[in-house]
Amino acid sequence: MEEFFSAPLGKKILLLGNEALVRGALESGVNFVSTYPGTPASEIGNIFSRIAKNNNIYFEFSTNEKIAMEAGIGASFSGLKVLVAMKNFGLNVALDPLLPLAYTGTKGPMVIVTADDPNCWSSAQTEENTRGIAYLSHIPVLEPSDPQECKDFIKLAYDISERFNTPVIIRTTTRVAHQTSPVILGNLIKNQKTGEFVKDMRRFVTMPPRVLEMKKELLEKIKKIGQFAEKSKINQIFSNKKKNAKVGIITSGVSFLHSMESLQELNAELPVLKLGFFYPLPEEAIKKFIKNLKKVLIVEELEPFLEKEVERLAKNVNPKLQIFGKKYLPEIGELRPEYVSNALAKMLGKKYALGSMYVIPSFKHLARFCPGCPYWSVFGTIKKAAPENTIFGGDIGCYMLAGLPPHMTQDYLSCMGSSIGIAHGISKATGQKIITVIGDSTFFHSGIPSLVNAIFNKSAPLIIILDNQTTAMTGHQPHPGIGKTGMGEETAQLKIEDIVQACGVKNLKIVDSMNVTDLEAAIKEYSAKDEVSVIIARHICALLASRQIPSKPAAAKQ
Amino acid sequence: MNKNKKDFNIIVNGVGGQGLITLLKVISEAAMKEGLDVKTSELHGLAQRGGAVEAHLRFGPKIYSPLVEKGKADLIISLETQEALVVSYYASKNSNTVYLVNQFRTPTLSETISDEDVLKRLKKISSNVIIIPASDVCQKELGNSVVAGVFLLGMAAAHNFIPLDMNTLINVIKEVIPEKYLELNLNAFNLAKTYKPAAVVNS
Repeated sequence: MEEFFSAPLGKKILLLGNEALVRGALESGVNFVSTYPGTPASEIGNIFSRIAKNNNIYFEFSTNEKIAMEAGIGASFSGLKVLVAMKNFGLNVALDPLLPLAYTGTKGPMVIVTADDPNCWSSAQTEENTRGIAYLSHIPVLEPSDPQECKDFIKLAYDISERFNTPVIIRTTTRVAHQTSPVILGNLIKNQKTGEFVKDMRRFVTMPPRVLEMKKELLEKIKKIGQFAEKSKINQIFSNKKKNAKVGIITSGVSFLHSMESLQELNAELPVLKLGFFYPLPEEAIKKFIKNLKKVLIVEELEPFLEKEVERLAKNVNPKLQIFGKKYLPEIGELRPEYVSNALAKMLGKKYALGSMYVIPSFKHLARFCPGCPYWSVFGTIKKAAPENTIFGGDIGCYMLAGLPPHMTQDYLSCMGSSIGIAHGISKATGQKIITVIGDSTFFHSGIPSLVNAIFNKSAPLIIILDNQTTAMTGHQPHPGIGKTGMGEETAQLKIEDIVQACGVKNLKIVDSMNVTDLEAAIKEYSAKDEVSVIIARHICALLASRQIPSKPAAAKQ
Repeated sequence: MNKNKKDFNIIVNGVGGQGLITLLKVISEAAMKEGLDVKTSELHGLAQRGGAVEAHLRFGPKIYSPLVEKGKADLIISLETQEALVVSYYASKNSNTVYLVNQFRTPTLSETISDEDVLKRLKKISSNVIIIPASDVCQKELGNSVVAGVFLLGMAAAHNFIPLDMNTLINVIKEVIPEKYLELNLNAFNLAKTYKPAAVVNS
C-alpha cells in the first residue's frame, strides 16, 4: 500500500481493480468520498478509510447507499469532486436520489462506481446487471476491462462529468474489481477544497413544471455526450489485421479480455470492437463496424443488452447481418475464455472441444462461521429453543451462512434489511410464528423503518438483532453503533436498544450471544408473544476480537 | 491448439485462511520483476469464511484474460487435498499439468473423499501428481503450518515446475512479507529445496 503513494510517476505496479479506481480518483483530485461496504466494491472504502485523513479528503461510511448517494449529491452541489462507491444492489437502494440527479445534473464532478457480480460469487441475491440502470436514468456508463482501464476510465469519467455536468457510472464486475495486473502510475493531485453551496433553485429543485424542461435538457445533454462517445478512444477496434474482414466481434468489460484470449486460442484474426461506453452507445462507430460484415459475435455477460442494440442498428445499415450472442453464450453466470472460444468456433465453423459448460464439483467446502464466532452459539440456540414449525427469516451478512449445513435455519432471504419487512408480511398473512435475524450494520442500513412498520401495523415477529459490533462480512467497517467514523474520528455511539425502545417495542431483552441459557430462555419467552419482540444478541465478532482492533463494545446487560 | 503459447497458467486453491492471497502476491510480483505481463483473479467476501477459495494467476509476454482456460493450467497448487479435485477442470494431460497437492484436509460438513481416491481421480487427468504433507512438514520443522503454501512454492521452484528464477522469488518474499513473518516464510521456502520427498507419491 505504501508503494501506492511513494512510487514515482510512470512506474508500473501491480494493482487490484478496486485499488486502481482509488488511484485514479486520487490522480483526479477527488475531495469527497462516500460509500456503504459491499463485495466486490468494498476495498474502495477500506482504502479511503485508511488514507483520506492524510490526503485532505473527506471520507465516510454512510449508513446506507441511498444516504451515501445523497451525501455525494450535496457535496457535488457544493462544487466538490465526488466519488460514491457501492455494489450493484447498493445502487438499487440509491436509485431514488440517483434519478433526479440526472435531471439536476452535477455541479462538482461526480463519479459513481458500482460493482456487479456475475455468477453471484459473493452476493447471492440476484445476478443484477447494472447496465439496465443507464436506460432508466440517462446517466453515462463506462465499462473498464482491467485495472489500468479502471484508473484511466475513472479519470475520463471525471472529465465527462466536469464537461457535461452529469454524474458518470463506472460499472465493474467481480473479475475486473478483483483482477490484479500492472498499472502505470500518473500524477497524484492534491486538491484540498472547501465546498460552497450557491443557491440556484432553477438548477437544484426538481418540481413541475420546471422538471419537464429539465428532462428536455437532459435528453439534449445525452445526445451531446453521445457525439463525444463516438469520438472517444475508449471505443476501439483491436486485432484488425485483415482488410475487408467478414466476421467480427463486439464486446466490452472483462468479456473483451476473454475474446482476445479466444482469438489466440483459435488462431483466428478477426476485428474486435471494444466498447468503453455502454451508454450513450457510440451508434455510428458500431454501424461503421458492422456495415460490411456477414457475421458478428456479441460477447457480453448476463442479459443481451448490446446484442439487442446491434440488432436494432443492423436493421438500417446491414439487414442481412447474422448476429450471434446468447444463441451460443450463456445468459446465466460469468463468461469464461473457453465459452467464448466455443461460441466463436461455432460461428466460424471451426472445431473446438469444450465439453460441459459448467463446472460441477464433486463436493464442496461450504463457507461457515469462523472459529469462535458468536453465531455458532446463536443459531444452535435458536434451533433448540424455537417452537416447532417456526419460520426463520434471514438477512444479509455473515449470518446468511445459517442457510447452509449444519444450521439450515433460513426459510427466506432477500435484500438488505428485508428480514423484518417480509416477516411482518408473513405474520399478517398467516399468523404463523416467525423468528427473524438481522445484523447490527444491516439494522442501521434499512431495518429500522421495517421495525417501525411492524409496530405501527401490529404484527408479531420475534426479531433477533445480531450485534457483533462491526460490519463483519465486508471487512469490519464501522457503523453508527460503534462510536467511530470511517476516518477514525470519535463520534456519538447510537445504541440499538435505545432505537428499539423509541420505536415502541415493549418486549426487549439484551443477552450475550455466548450465554446459551439466557438466550434460550429469552427465545422461549418471546416466542409465545403475540406482538413484536426484540432480542439483541450481543457479542463482538471473533475475527475482530482476535485482531484486537480497538473498538468500544457496549457491555451486555439484562 | 495455439502453437505460440508462451503463457504460464497457475491455479492456487484451498479453503479460506490458508494464505492464498500472499502466495498469489509473491508469484505475481516475481513474474513482473522478470519483465512479464501478469494477471490474477481472486474472490473476496463470503468466499473467505472457511469455504473453498480458488485463485487464478497467469503470466507471459502479453496476458488478456484473468482466468485460466479449461484444461490449460501448467501448475496447480492445492492447499487442501479434497479441493484438488474441484479444480481438476483446469488440468489436462495435453497441458502437462503439474499438480502439487498438500496432504491436509479440513472437514467439509458433507461428503468427504479419501486421499487415495483423490489421487486416483487426479491421475486420470494429470501425469504429474505430487502429494506432500506440506502442512505437517511445516508444523514439525518450523512450528507453523500456515506457510505450507510458501513451502509448496519452494518445491515448485526447486523442481522447475514454475519458470521463475529462485532468487527472484526469494527477493520478492523479502519485499512483500512483513518483517515479523519473514524468517518463517524464508525458512519454509528454503526447507522445500532440501526436503527429501520420502512421502511423495508420484505417479
